[in-house]
Amino acid sequence: MVGAGGRGGLVSDAYLQEFGVRSGTATADGPEWLEPLRRAAIDRFAATGFPTSRDEEWRFTPVAPIAQGRWRQAAGSRQTITRGELAPFIFGHPEWTTLVFVDGAYSEGLSSIGALSKGVRVGSLSEALRNNGPGLEKHLARHAPVDASPFTALSTAFMRDGGFVYVPANTDLTSPIHLIFVATADAGGTVSHPRNLVVVGAGSRASIIESYVTVAEGTGYWTNAVTELVAGPNSWIEHTRIQRESESAHHVGLTQVEQERDSHYRSFSLAMGGALARHNLTARLNGENVETLMYGLYLTRGDQVADNHTAIHHNQPNCRSWEVYKGVLDGRSRAVFNGKVFVKPEAQKTDAKQTNRNLLLSDTAKVNTKPQLEIFADDVKCTHGATVGRLDDVALFYARSRGVPADKAQLLLTYAFAAEVTSEVVLEPVREELERLVRERLGAL
Amino acid sequence: MLEIRGLRANAGEKEILKGIDLTVNAGEVHAVMGPNGSGKSTLAQVLAGHPAYEVTSGEVLYEGKDLLDMDPEVRAQAGVFLAFQYPVEIPGISNAYFLRAAYNEIRKSKGLEEVDSMDFLDLLEDKLRLVEWGPEIMSRAVNSGFSGGEKKRNEILQMAVLEPKLAILDETDSGLDIDALRIVAGGVNALRRPENATIIVTHYQRLLNYIVPDQVHVLCGGRIVKSGGKDLALELEAKGYEWLEQEVGAAS
Repeated sequence: MVGAGGRGGLVSDAYLQEFGVRSGTATADGPEWLEPLRRAAIDRFAATGFPTSRDEEWRFTPVAPIAQGRWRQAAGSRQTITRGELAPFIFGHPEWTTLVFVDGAYSEGLSSIGALSKGVRVGSLSEALRNNGPGLEKHLARHAPVDASPFTALSTAFMRDGGFVYVPANTDLTSPIHLIFVATADAGGTVSHPRNLVVVGAGSRASIIESYVTVAEGTGYWTNAVTELVAGPNSWIEHTRIQRESESAHHVGLTQVEQERDSHYRSFSLAMGGALARHNLTARLNGENVETLMYGLYLTRGDQVADNHTAIHHNQPNCRSWEVYKGVLDGRSRAVFNGKVFVKPEAQKTDAKQTNRNLLLSDTAKVNTKPQLEIFADDVKCTHGATVGRLDDVALFYARSRGVPADKAQLLLTYAFAAEVTSEVVLEPVREELERLVRERLGAL
Repeated sequence: MLEIRGLRANAGEKEILKGIDLTVNAGEVHAVMGPNGSGKSTLAQVLAGHPAYEVTSGEVLYEGKDLLDMDPEVRAQAGVFLAFQYPVEIPGISNAYFLRAAYNEIRKSKGLEEVDSMDFLDLLEDKLRLVEWGPEIMSRAVNSGFSGGEKKRNEILQMAVLEPKLAILDETDSGLDIDALRIVAGGVNALRRPENATIIVTHYQRLLNYIVPDQVHVLCGGRIVKSGGKDLALELEAKGYEWLEQEVGAAS
């Protein structure tokens, strides 16, 4: 039953009407099996509406500007952008496979598919939906739960495009795959729902980069991104997320990771754009001997709000998770960090460490940080720590005593604070790009 | 080169230095010794401009200029170097990046061009040899995860690159094993020039076996209570500081 009565009220109704229109037309693209999932998702959204600060998960995150907005569904850019406009967001090597999405729609002209190993499928989700790509039915919208977040429900209901990556077993994806989501001036007033599915088979190796960028700084739009990633047994995955949306835009993202035994998943999440930017990263460790590394960096200024919610579910024994999120906050900006670690009774010998460190550059910046450990096994090693502070006076003196002027010493140490976490990125061109972005933002040496 | 007159300094409310007079000429090595809490590290840090200390009276002239009026970076640019007792760990930036930044700032202050990373690596080669290190140390984060001995060697490496006129070594020998001590002392000796001066702050005499001082000063309760030649250090080693503390106590 789709209709009024959800607690989201009138604005939510707009999404329900939109959904009704959509399913009655040819834009209801996708295979038959997807339709019930879409419908369940919109029903879920109808029941909950947008979250408010009364919801524990959204307590410190002011979603009202999103919830109260009348967002049109993005339908691609009317005029495509040039390669020159895209150039600032490209890095690494020209032979890397790059999929470009402009205002929510795949751009074949701007994308380039490099040489791929046998059996690897890389392309747009819209195409995969038309062709019912490998693993699609098994995995798409099967992992990111629509009842965990109304935003995920909207994504599943409205998703049209995004990246689709399928790596069969025992395959080394020699170069990374870069998914770039670009917002143009045409994105003003719209919402796009980038939806990515990454399936990496047993014994395979992959590097995936997601970039959320804009060529029209100052444009107000909303990105509602969801990525589902499946790490097969004994796979190795590096996943980098670069969020530098327009500072007038809103970004809500969710990454859901399913890890099978012996897999290694490492994530790096850089958040520096958006008026409001929220990212949920959830990893479920579903087999033994899994390793999960989550690194994050948020750089905020002005009135930006950066919110990171992470969850690590230790469901099986002998797994290790290691998490470091750091923030550098200036102006009146605000950061929210919530890191949950769940250890099931059977997950003995769990080794989990979580750290959140925040550096305040102004008196008016604020941080709400909350580590949350829920441990139901007895033979585990779990620690967490959170700090909010300023640059260390002794370190500043150390740099100055070597001849570095006070203002540069501050920049140097601020950069060092951030670079400590970017240094964890394995792939060198990605690490260098992250370092460049940090330097560019901080104005460091 | 350095003239300290009636220097008094506080840490918070507490007076640590209670009137220091000391003159160091170019080409000289001075050892400042004393028991724990005597103020010898405070003296070293005040000379480098540590913000934790407040100078309440006295003056310090460095090459005829008011040292206390200079910011720490200006002192460094003018050729003052403090080898820290506890070198600071800076995870996130490499030893090479940090040291080149410092080196270039000092060059800029002299109106010289900055050097790029390739030229800097060339320049480093000799300096690294001085502390018996290979180039790999330069890609590690500054002092991060270094052993105590490595941190002290890194201070000497920085000193070798920055080529100060006045080097102040604050307890550089503490926590060093005999090999590290030899390397550190060898580095300091190799950098001695007739136009430079060194102040060695130490609790123990053993570093002075390797770096022979021209003068030895004993600091007690924030004052220099005795000065002498290199033999004074040996006497202190034999008799301990109690002997002097009693002597000073009896005199006052």
